[in-house]
Amino acid sequence: MTDASIAPTAQPAQAAGVRLGASGNGDRIYRWITTGMALVIPILLVLIAWEVFSGAWPALRKFGFSFLTSSQWDAVNGKFGAAPAIFGTLVSSLIALIIAVPLAVGVAIFLSEFAPTWIRQPVAFLVDLLAAIPSVVYGLWGILVLVPFLRVTIIPFIKDTLHLGSFPLFAGPAYGYGMLAAGLILAIMILPYISAVTREVLLAVPRSQREAALALGATRWEMIWDAVLPYARSGIIGGVILGLGRALGETMAVTMVIGNRPEISASLFAPGYTMASVIANEFSEATNDLHISALMAVGAVLFLLTIVVNMIARWLVWRMGREQGG
Amino acid sequence: MKRWIAIAAVLAAWACGSDSGKKAAPDSAQPAAASGSGGPVDLTGAGATFPQPLYSKWFAEYAAKTGVKINYQPLGSGAGIKQLSEQTVDFGASDAPMSDSDMAKARGGAVLHIPTVVGVVAIAYNVPEATTPLKLTGPLVADIFLGKITKWNDSRIAAVNAGVKLPATDILVAHRSEGSGTTFIFTDYLSSVSPAWKSGPGKGKEIQWPVGLGAKGSDGVAAQVKQTRGAIGYVELAYAKQNQISTALLQNASGQFVAPSAEAATSAADAAVAKFAANTDYRVSIVNASGATAYPITSFTWLLVYKTQTDAAKAKKIADFIRWALTDGEKDAAALDYAPLPASLVARLTPRIDSLAPGTPK
Repeated sequence: MTDASIAPTAQPAQAAGVRLGASGNGDRIYRWITTGMALVIPILLVLIAWEVFSGAWPALRKFGFSFLTSSQWDAVNGKFGAAPAIFGTLVSSLIALIIAVPLAVGVAIFLSEFAPTWIRQPVAFLVDLLAAIPSVVYGLWGILVLVPFLRVTIIPFIKDTLHLGSFPLFAGPAYGYGMLAAGLILAIMILPYISAVTREVLLAVPRSQREAALALGATRWEMIWDAVLPYARSGIIGGVILGLGRALGETMAVTMVIGNRPEISASLFAPGYTMASVIANEFSEATNDLHISALMAVGAVLFLLTIVVNMIARWLVWRMGREQGG
Repeated sequence: MKRWIAIAAVLAAWACGSDSGKKAAPDSAQPAAASGSGGPVDLTGAGATFPQPLYSKWFAEYAAKTGVKINYQPLGSGAGIKQLSEQTVDFGASDAPMSDSDMAKARGGAVLHIPTVVGVVAIAYNVPEATTPLKLTGPLVADIFLGKITKWNDSRIAAVNAGVKLPATDILVAHRSEGSGTTFIFTDYLSSVSPAWKSGPGKGKEIQWPVGLGAKGSDGVAAQVKQTRGAIGYVELAYAKQNQISTALLQNASGQFVAPSAEAATSAADAAVAKFAANTDYRVSIVNASGATAYPITSFTWLLVYKTQTDAAKAKKIADFIRWALTDGEKDAAALDYAPLPASLVARLTPRIDSLAPGTPK
């Protein structure tokens, strides 16, 4: 209805002078609107930060620095320490990166450098499709397929066939649920992000870069390794950071397979906990004020951690850009 | 192309919305003709997820019968208590009674606790070697969940299971990872049968577990138990049945070993009601009830309403609904593996509901 009434007044062709004035006004209004929109984001961010930190304050004041170092998470007796969750978030994301980065970069190199066009499109599409799967579906797949596979096949193989059971990294009973399962699920989830960005970046590397390397007598492998990848390095790191951001904040799939035990263990097979899981698990049933505040504090730590990780990434990209420029 | 699809979707949604808006008006004028979907909502509630399958059935049936529409958000007991305290909903629902400090914080004054059904928590296990149902006692369950008993062929388990073949495998404990009314009921029970549990982990919707793996949701615990040999966990009866997991017979306060079932839970509630004080506010635990046929891990789940209602029409709607739920509604309970309230309790609750708004069951 309103659309119909506005349409005619917006249409008519007018004299050049009038239109000029109108467009000047329009520019100004347009600038205000876009400035306002641009401001909404930082304002929202500040409001969120304010809300999270003011909510977290009672717990942070009560526990102080020990909130970051204590492993106690006991809602009944009101003792809260987030160390296992911080550890779990960092380690599960690290496992995910270690697995996903080589795989994703490998996929991207294959698709951009080696694959014939008729393979490139469908495979790229399939890899991108991984990003469209809801995380709860990954979680279910984890519970029904990955965890039993780890418990029945992979973990016994490492422990009994390779005799690595006494090694701390592989110690403990074979639950299936645990840090390794979480890291593997995360690796699959972040793979499409890293691979999509890397593929685009590699395709954007100028042809002349490749031809120059080949002209100098480089093999195809040397051309990719010495000429293409360094050129694309900062872009690839950008993709990795995008994946890392996703891994740090992923909640549902990780909660379903990590075992949810607030404990720090050196073993990949041991259950753990992540910050996002703690919040998702406990927020809806937390009634006591200190408990809610402790959960907000976990949120605040996660918030800070994400910002720090992003800042380090920006700095890395910036430094590499400068090295290349210089 | 995408844009056209989006516009079409918006238009379609708008068309549906205005359509149901038109329909809703006559509906509310003639409640008996209501269809149960769309239209204005008469009552809003929020809270426990544990009784949600039953509650959603109740609300649908009640809307079809009377035209009174109830919008219930299963956000969790904590959120239900919070929203009731802030008076953003007409009623709350919780698996654990409100604490005194929660009651003091409620803005609308005194809160009435009205039990609706009895929930049953089963001990589920995966020991394929044992061909007859395992028997367990309260202290045994507590020691398993405390990590003091770690093997299935422990002599204490064997002592109550004469003739049953028990494997020498590790016991893997599975528990809920998220805050849950089921955990509250289970830990309430363990606290009542084991001093070590009471002074250790204690009772709560989420506690610090001495051993075991946390799984998300009852379905998560059920999956973990079903997949893992040697696993033991606690789930609502419905999940154990749907997943066809073995459940243990538990020794009750009278020394009998009882299988989890709706009848055994109602019988436990009946035994507990007989011992209630005359002026009880129903914020009571009924775990480990006496009575030869009582199953020990049971609990009420409650609707929470303000004692003093400001809107007389709403008060009447709430009271009428509860009256219906406690009579006709209770008949739906057993099919969904909840235990109906014993008749003795319904009789005692009637004056309490009448105090909201008098009436007769429809």
